[in-house]
Order: sequence, then C-alpha cells, then structure tokens
Amino acid sequence: MSKRHHVTTTINGEESDFLCEPRQSLLEVLRDVLKLTGAKEGCNDGNCGACSVLVDGVLVDSCCVLGVEAEGKQIDTIEGMAVNGELHPLQKAFLEETGMQCGICTPGFLMSSKALLEKNPQPDEAEIRHWLAGNLCRCTGYDKIIRAVQRAANEMAGEKV
Amino acid sequence: MHEFDYVVAENLTEATKLLSDHKGSARILAGGTDLLVIMRNGRRQAKLVIDAKKIPELTDLSLNDEGLSIGAAVTCRQIWENTELAGDYPAIIDSASLIGGIQVQGRATIGGNLCNAAPSADAIPTLIAYGAIAHIQNSDGQRQVPVEEICQAPGQTSLSEDEILVKLTIAKPVAHSGAKFLRFIPRNEMDIAVVNVASMVELDSEGKSFLKARIAMGSVAPTPLFVKAAGDSLAGKEVNDESIKAAALIAREAATPITDMRGTIEHRKQLVEVLTVRTLNAAVARAKGEQS
Ligand SMILES: Cc1cc2nc3c(=O)[nH]c(=O)nc-3n(C[C@H](O)[C@H](O)[C@H](O)COP(=O)(O)OP(=O)(O)OC[C@H]3O[C@@H](n4cnc5c(N)ncnc54)[C@H](O)[C@@H]3O)c2cc1C
Ligand code: FES
Ligand code: FES
Repeated sequence: MSKRHHVTTTINGEESDFLCEPRQSLLEVLRDVLKLTGAKEGCNDGNCGACSVLVDGVLVDSCCVLGVEAEGKQIDTIEGMAVNGELHPLQKAFLEETGMQCGICTPGFLMSSKALLEKNPQPDEAEIRHWLAGNLCRCTGYDKIIRAVQRAANEMAGEKV
Repeated sequence: MHEFDYVVAENLTEATKLLSDHKGSARILAGGTDLLVIMRNGRRQAKLVIDAKKIPELTDLSLNDEGLSIGAAVTCRQIWENTELAGDYPAIIDSASLIGGIQVQGRATIGGNLCNAAPSADAIPTLIAYGAIAHIQNSDGQRQVPVEEICQAPGQTSLSEDEILVKLTIAKPVAHSGAKFLRFIPRNEMDIAVVNVASMVELDSEGKSFLKARIAMGSVAPTPLFVKAAGDSLAGKEVNDESIKAAALIAREAATPITDMRGTIEHRKQLVEVLTVRTLNAAVARAKGEQS
C-alpha cells in the first residue's frame, strides 16, 4: 500500500484530520472515513454533481478531488447547511416545491444552488439552468428544482428587507 | 483507483526533478478533471502524482501592457470571474465558461486542457487562434512553443517526460482585432464538442478589410487543427460574405473528421463551414466593438 497521508482540514467550520491513501477521492474520504454521507456518489466521474461540495468556497465535484488535496483547505458539505436544526431556505423550498423524489441528487443540487444564490441572489431562470447544468436528476424533472431555487431566492430577498 | 504516491511540488525545480527521476511514471496533477477520471477508469497509470497547484509560476494570472499570462494551474472559473479579461480576450472567456459545468470549471485548468490533448478540447482552438505561446520548463531551462505545435495525437503532446507546462501567454491584441469561439453540441451544456471553431481577426482601422486572421478547430482530426490557409486567405480581402465563405470552405476542406456516435463526417464538415462563418462574423463584430 502506498504511504497514507495525515491530512488536516476544516470541515463545516470545524477542524478535522484524517488518514487517507492518495488514491482515495475526497468523496470517499467524506463518506467512508469521516462518515459524512450527505455527498452522494452518482457517476464518480464528474458528470452528475451529486458529490458537490465547496473547497475554499469553490463549488467542485468531490469525486474529482483527491482526499489529500484537502490539506489546509476549508471544506463545506451539505451537513453544514442546516444550522442548529433549522433548515436553510433552499432546503425548505425544495420540500415545499417537491424538488426531489429519490433524493440522491438533492444534496448536490442544494450545494450548487446555495453557491449560486451567494454569487447571484436573484438569478433568472436561464441563469439557474446554466449554473445547475453540472447537476443531474433522474427522477424529479428540472422544473420543480428551478422553482424551488426561485422560491428560496425570493424568500431570502424578503428576509433581508 | 490504482495505488500511487502523491507529492505537492513547491517549485519548478522540484517538479522537473521529480519528473526526470521517475522517467515517465509520474504525472502532473492540475485540476484532475481529466487525470483522475482516466486513472480511475484504468486508461492511464501513474506511480507518482505531482500536484502542481502550489508552484507560484503556475498559479499566476496576469494582464499587463504586454498581454495576458495564464499560469498552467489557473482554473476556468478564475478566468471567467476575472472581469478584466473580457475586454481584450473575450474568446478565452467563451472557452473557459463552457468547459464542463460550474463544478468542473472550479477545478479544470486551461493548461490541463492543453496537456490532455483531446481532439475535442475546447480551449485549444482559442489558444491557437490567439497565437498563444506555451512556456515549458525542463531540467535545463525553459523553451517556448506555439500552442499549435503541442498536440501530436489524441492524449499525446510534444512535451517530454521531464517537462512541465508553466504558463500560456498571449500578446496584447492590436487595435481593431477580435476573436470568437463556438462549439456545436446537441445539448445546451456539458457535452463533448461535435465540432468547435475559434477565429481571430485583425481589421484595418475602418473595419473594411482583413489584415490578418487565424482559424483553428477541434473534433475534426486526431488533434486540434490550425487551418493556416483559411486565415491567410482573408489577408487583404474585403470583409464580406464572399471572403468569409471562401475561408470557411478552406477550413471545411482541411477537416478530416471521422464518423462516430456524435456525428458523421458530412455533418462535421458542414459544421466546420457554418461555425467558421459564424465565428468570423462574430470576431469581426467584436473587432468593431459591437456586441456579439
Ligand atoms: C464532467 C466533465 C465535463 C467536461 N467537459 C469538458 C468540455 O466541455 N470541454 C473540454 O474541453 N473538456 C471538458 N472536460 C475535460 C477536462 O475538464 C478539461 O480538459 C480540463 O481543462 C482539464 O484540466 P485539468 O486541470 O482538470 O487537467 P488534469 O486532469 O489535472 O490534467 C490533464 C492532463 O494534463 C497533464 N497536465 C496538467 N497540467 C500539466 C502541466 N502544467 N504540465 C504538464 N502536464 C500537465 C496531466 O498530467 C494530465 O495528463 C470535462 C471533464 C469532465 C469530468
Ligand atoms: S459522483 Fe461526482 S460528479 Fe457524479
Ligand atoms: S430526485 Fe432522484 S435523482 Fe433527483
């Protein structure tokens, strides 16, 4: 076995460290080593976005990142989205608009949508569809997901007033 | 994925030493959106993966009077988020903003796109059209090569085993010049080019005739193709449908595509013609400062 690396990182704001082999993806480390199973494995090759996380604030597919690359980075996963048991407006909107069926794609869509609204709080439909092109859903159909993002955007805008 | 060792190279000397010590069994890791995928599916093996993202020269993205310098580890997202680039280098933004989706763009680099040498790579025709220069480091020093001389065959570059791409530079565009990149795919996003084309034009001060043009295209040959004759045919010609169509026919003739699940030979040749016309018209519009 190739040498295991000791990696120190910050996950959802808390310092964390783990041992991993270079060949383990960040997704494998999150799920199998750290037991953070929110990020899902859909395709394992960068196409479906079910494994989306933020690395230093940048949205990436964690299946296409090595666990060892997390050294010194800030990682944000779906587990950090609800704060003290209070769902994020996007999570609520996905429930209200039935933006999910089986739910496998949902953590990825939520991470992507949150990154979108942080950059562009009032995206139009085309902007939402463009941003979410790297997230695939096999059951819901995209319209409900788009509506959920629009609803959350409106609610979040309302909260700010 | 198979087993390998991983090391973060801190500088170019370390990276080239590791590469030459490992004689072909080491690979450079930039964004990993090609490398990790093909290592996982077994199409490529490496004993050592050298993470190049901490090498200062590779992370530098700078714009000055001489032109643009894109470090080999600069991501597509860093490029389209840089609002200063859009003015002088809009075709770089065209390419960077359609490689994969947002997640891929957060990791994928322009340098990796070039070194991966896919026939369909979406950044390479643009780099060629702009006349970009690749700066390559080896144990003896640096050499500079026009981008059109890098790709040799699918997945194969002219870099030797101990060499690393440091950066890509593009001279500052002259006045009255413009460029455009377009890709045809059957979906709106996230697909491999059936054909892609980039065109760069330089016009006279009145915008009436071409002084110079460079046209390059992808997915129509084993490597991205620089169609010098198509661009050269425009030099001195008036800007009109006739001259543009003539250049597009030369490009169409130069394309030697295959038929596969993405398209037939005939379809691809037709696309070359159409996309050459469209990119030239759009490049002309940009050269004149019009929106496109
Ligand atoms: C879902 C998905 C969608 C995609 N969509 C597109 C698309 O639309 N268009 C497109 O063109 N591509 C696409 N790609 C392919 C890929 O994202 C791009 O080619 C990308 O630009 C590669 O950059 P990277 O930094 O990830 O390269 P890496 O994977 O890190 O490296 C690619 C290759 O280049 C070598 N290399 C990297 N940097 C250097 C260097 N500095 N010196 C020497 N060798 C080096 C590596 O060893 C490796 O062989 C897609 C990939 C995925 C997974
Ligand atoms: S599992 Fe990572 S993109 Fe599909
Ligand atoms: S809800 Fe099942 S894949 Fe999207």
